[in-house]
Amino acid sequence: MRLLLGSLFSFIVAAGVGLGSTWFALTNGTAFGGITIGAWQAWPKTGTMDIDPYARASVSRTGELPIGLGDGVSFVAKTDDAGRPLDGRCDVLITGTTPQARFWTMTLYDPDGQFVANSLNRQGFTSQELIRKPDGSFTITAAPRARPGNWLPTGGAERFMLALRLYDTPVGIATRAGREAPMPAIKQGNCE
Amino acid sequence: MTRWSWILWLLGGLLLGGVVHLSTVLALPRTAAHDAYARLLAIAPVNKVVPLPTTPAVMPFMDPAFATAVCRYDLSRGALKLTAPISQAYTAISFYTRYGIAYYAINDRAAGRKVIELDLMTTAQRDQLPEEEDVTAADRLIVESPTLTGLIVLKALSPEPGLMPMAEKALAAAQCKPQ
Repeated sequence: MRLLLGSLFSFIVAAGVGLGSTWFALTNGTAFGGITIGAWQAWPKTGTMDIDPYARASVSRTGELPIGLGDGVSFVAKTDDAGRPLDGRCDVLITGTTPQARFWTMTLYDPDGQFVANSLNRQGFTSQELIRKPDGSFTITAAPRARPGNWLPTGGAERFMLALRLYDTPVGIATRAGREAPMPAIKQGNCE
Repeated sequence: MTRWSWILWLLGGLLLGGVVHLSTVLALPRTAAHDAYARLLAIAPVNKVVPLPTTPAVMPFMDPAFATAVCRYDLSRGALKLTAPISQAYTAISFYTRYGIAYYAINDRAAGRKVIELDLMTTAQRDQLPEEEDVTAADRLIVESPTLTGLIVLKALSPEPGLMPMAEKALAAAQCKPQ
């Protein structure tokens, strides 16, 4: 009886701890070998054969295809520079410059990686279609209502995320700090 | 039971939990029912380039600035030849194993020509190539697939929305077929 009770207890603990930690690791995106610059994070190794087991499991679960390193690098931001989650009911300003790349795209997704529907059918910008200042820097405003300049509609969604993808870029596994890769700042302003 | 025996059972449970964690993480890629390959089974016939619709997106986190096409390949009957004309802005071809690992990617600038041409084969198939063919392969791009099946994803950038038809047209001329 004691053996039965004890092993039952052990198995329940094992199932809870094991499955719980797997679920936590896969939903929170714990992959190793990442680059963090401001609010932006990238995992260049995920686009190679050296992808770590956590990233592999996460990729198979979501059904996405990671961008190959010979193609480019994808940076993701789920928060602003102050660490607050990106809120589609607020004005979110993305300002600055991007690391060296032949092309880049900025895309807005819901937390599941789907596009946010809007009447303009605009999900993002490419480096070529942006309105820039004379010095080459830019401001993109992600907001629920139309804004002058580069407006990225959020559809008023409670949470969203941004992906900055650099194509044909020297940024990669060897990149360490923001000095090598200047990423745009993210600030949240007025909310509805 | 004494308190000490409960603590021992708890420690045993925690250790076993670690084993459960590691084995589920490692087993997940082989058991996932909705990975990219599974999602493409219904719309992508074997060894043929087909365009991917952007709305609704077949896979999450697709880049909407690109026209995308996919070739779901099977090398069990032999090597494949892939030809893809490059578009005006930017073209990239990425290779994924059956379980979604990106093992090779090349863009138009790295390929350095108007039409990207390459041979896809397994390591065993490459070993069987006649030697003189391998020697004259200097201008022949050979990609080795670690698995018998997998995905080739072709992407052409449309720098502004109006250029999407041009990017789609470039991809429509791409082919992947047995040699």
